[in-house]
Amino acid sequence: MTCSKRVFLRTLAGAAVFAAFSAAAPAQQPPVRIGLLATLEGPFAAGGADGMRGAELAVRQRGGVVAGRRIEIIKASSNANPDVAVNATRKLVEQDKVDIMVGPLSGSEGIAVKEYSKTQPHVTFINGSSGAQATTLVNPSPNFFRFNTDGAQWMYGLGRAALEKGYKRVMVIAEDYAFPYSQVQGFMSEFCRLGGRVPVKAWVPLGGKDYSSVIARIPKDVDALLVVLGGADAVNFLNQYEAAGGDKPMIGGSITVSQDVLNYKGKRRDSLVGTLSAGPLADAYDAPEWKAFVADYQKNYPVSAGGYPSPSLFALVYYINMKAALDGLEAVKGDLSDGQRKYREALSKMVLKTPVGEVRLDENRQAIGTTFITEVVKDAQGNLFNRVLRKVDNVSQLLGMRKEEFKIGSRDEPSCP
Amino acid sequence: MSAAQWRGAMNAGAGRLARAGGAPARAAGVAVEGRGQARAWISGMVRPHHLVVLAFLFVYPFYASPFLTYQIGAQALALGLIALSLTLLGGYGGMVSLAQMTVAGIAGYMLAILGTSGEAGISLGWPWWLAALLGIGIATLAATLIGWLSARTEGIYTIMITIAIGVAFYYLCLQNYSVFNGFQGFQRVYAPTVLGIDFRDPVPFYFVALACALAGYFFVVYLLRTPFGIALQGVRDNARRMGALGFNVTAHRVAAYAVAGVIAAVGGILLTWYNGLIAPNSVGISALVNILIIAILGGMGHPVGPFLGAIVFVLLQTFAIDLIDRERFNLLIGLVFLGIVLFSPDGLLGLWARLREKLATLRPRAAFNRRRSQR
Repeated sequence: MTCSKRVFLRTLAGAAVFAAFSAAAPAQQPPVRIGLLATLEGPFAAGGADGMRGAELAVRQRGGVVAGRRIEIIKASSNANPDVAVNATRKLVEQDKVDIMVGPLSGSEGIAVKEYSKTQPHVTFINGSSGAQATTLVNPSPNFFRFNTDGAQWMYGLGRAALEKGYKRVMVIAEDYAFPYSQVQGFMSEFCRLGGRVPVKAWVPLGGKDYSSVIARIPKDVDALLVVLGGADAVNFLNQYEAAGGDKPMIGGSITVSQDVLNYKGKRRDSLVGTLSAGPLADAYDAPEWKAFVADYQKNYPVSAGGYPSPSLFALVYYINMKAALDGLEAVKGDLSDGQRKYREALSKMVLKTPVGEVRLDENRQAIGTTFITEVVKDAQGNLFNRVLRKVDNVSQLLGMRKEEFKIGSRDEPSCP
Repeated sequence: MSAAQWRGAMNAGAGRLARAGGAPARAAGVAVEGRGQARAWISGMVRPHHLVVLAFLFVYPFYASPFLTYQIGAQALALGLIALSLTLLGGYGGMVSLAQMTVAGIAGYMLAILGTSGEAGISLGWPWWLAALLGIGIATLAATLIGWLSARTEGIYTIMITIAIGVAFYYLCLQNYSVFNGFQGFQRVYAPTVLGIDFRDPVPFYFVALACALAGYFFVVYLLRTPFGIALQGVRDNARRMGALGFNVTAHRVAAYAVAGVIAAVGGILLTWYNGLIAPNSVGISALVNILIIAILGGMGHPVGPFLGAIVFVLLQTFAIDLIDRERFNLLIGLVFLGIVLFSPDGLLGLWARLREKLATLRPRAAFNRRRSQR
């Protein structure tokens, strides 16, 4: 009796020890620390907040745990200045000791953070939503990954669509900095190759109010205008163009034909129907993955809690990059040993499933992805909205060109007057 | 009366004038009395707490992490140096110039344009020392021009004209692509490798910044005790009277701008190396105002003020986000700034001085109480 009791007790103790060990095993796995940088100050503060929502959504979808390791997010903010972005990143990497870094938001920040990433080879950097071409084309960094397409890729396919509409000669009106340069390049590289002509390019200052001098320069013989202006500037331009009696159809950049433009009430409202534009997302896209993403976003971030009615570009792109970070972690079962070698291999080879189609990386660790060509149409109630005209898959950063002939877009590149 | 006698008389007068102005000027009067006393003055100036601070500054990088050395230490020293130039102008010359960051930015831009950067098409690729020296030279020239433009104005008009110059330079950088490379600015502007030491590494860079900061600090401390420095403080306190005494007020002001320009330019070179880049936003309006905030936060009464201000500013910028909700952390920075300015118009230095006064008044009373209780 006593003997059997002792055996029983021993078994119990053994079981308890075993249970304790098996329970401790997952708990011993330290959490994965991910730094998250977006602009919560300055001109893109609203976009940065939505980017954070997108990134958080990717973590929430996994319940905050990947391969048994808890995900710990440490946030930082910048104000779209590259020096501030690097300071914030340095704090996350060197002070908070994050394993993976996701961010930043805007183009010149991205280039600066990429340069910084070279000094921190033990940390993997994944882009936020910055879209400068040079980030991955010039001096790429072996530990900087970008799962979103850049500003030129967003416009690829629009040139062909414009020619199919019969626009053979197009004038460019765009803001004078790197992002519109790349947008114009994305349009023109294909447009010029297929025989289109761009006789005049007008570069206007960012946030300009007076477009009369540009409007005066519009030649009589162009078929359409490629307008790459931010939403409010585009409305300004439309108003003044209408007042000047202009009647050329418009082609829009990725951030031009926004809700501001679609709500335009001027006389030319009806002429907006048929306006082409292109971008990495389309609100009216009807694939089930996109609809599920939008529904999930709306559930987690209702408008009453500060979310947008539909996820913004920043939310989508941050979501994609954070999802890539987590999917990669899943693929290696949370193994970040050996200077994260396995993890980076997994990221490089990954075919990422995103709400807007599949994304792969090229040899510079830059995304090859999908671009949507959209067209403005009028619904039964008379509201304007962007309809998906076409989906262009596998758009690469070199826009189908060979490496030797590719030059980064600038004021004068490409050119086909 | 000879010119030299005139000058001597005036300097003594200026010393008396300045003495009313603030504590540092008190020592200044001593310096004028004779060169022979210079050595005594130096030994009298170095106090035990100076040595403690110096020792701490030298030992700091060996105990702190590379992050604290670089981002907190070196950045605060570089920003402090730029703010020091404002303290010299504002605190001792009575001219609050918001263009000091512009001067620093000109030096940084020249370093990138003349030296090496990621923009091989624009940068000339000259040796780093030549680029840095020319950068400081050109920035000093620019500072002199800014001074020449604004020296005839006073008070709020000086602020207006310097902020206008600063914003004009910002837009020039933003819109000009052939020289300033527009919106992108210059990336990969790195500190050089000299004698096998890579000055991009935190500890070497920290010591470069420390050497420049100490040189700037002691230079300003010395300058304020020279006849020029005392005359400058006289100009601050009563420009008309100094003019009546025969001083060329405008010349003193322009010279002060030039000297402050050298200091700001050195700070600008350091800051550009620290960031590894220079872009229009580095000289944007928020950067201009940040320098003013640093100078005021620390206190304009003594050349050590801007460095104290820079440390607090950098600490707040770096760690405020950990203390408070991410979307509200600027509120904390603003509140600290408001608190310091509200409770001590003379910044952190003023807080410290008041604390000391309080302690000094408490001590004799405590002794008195003790004696009484013994009785």
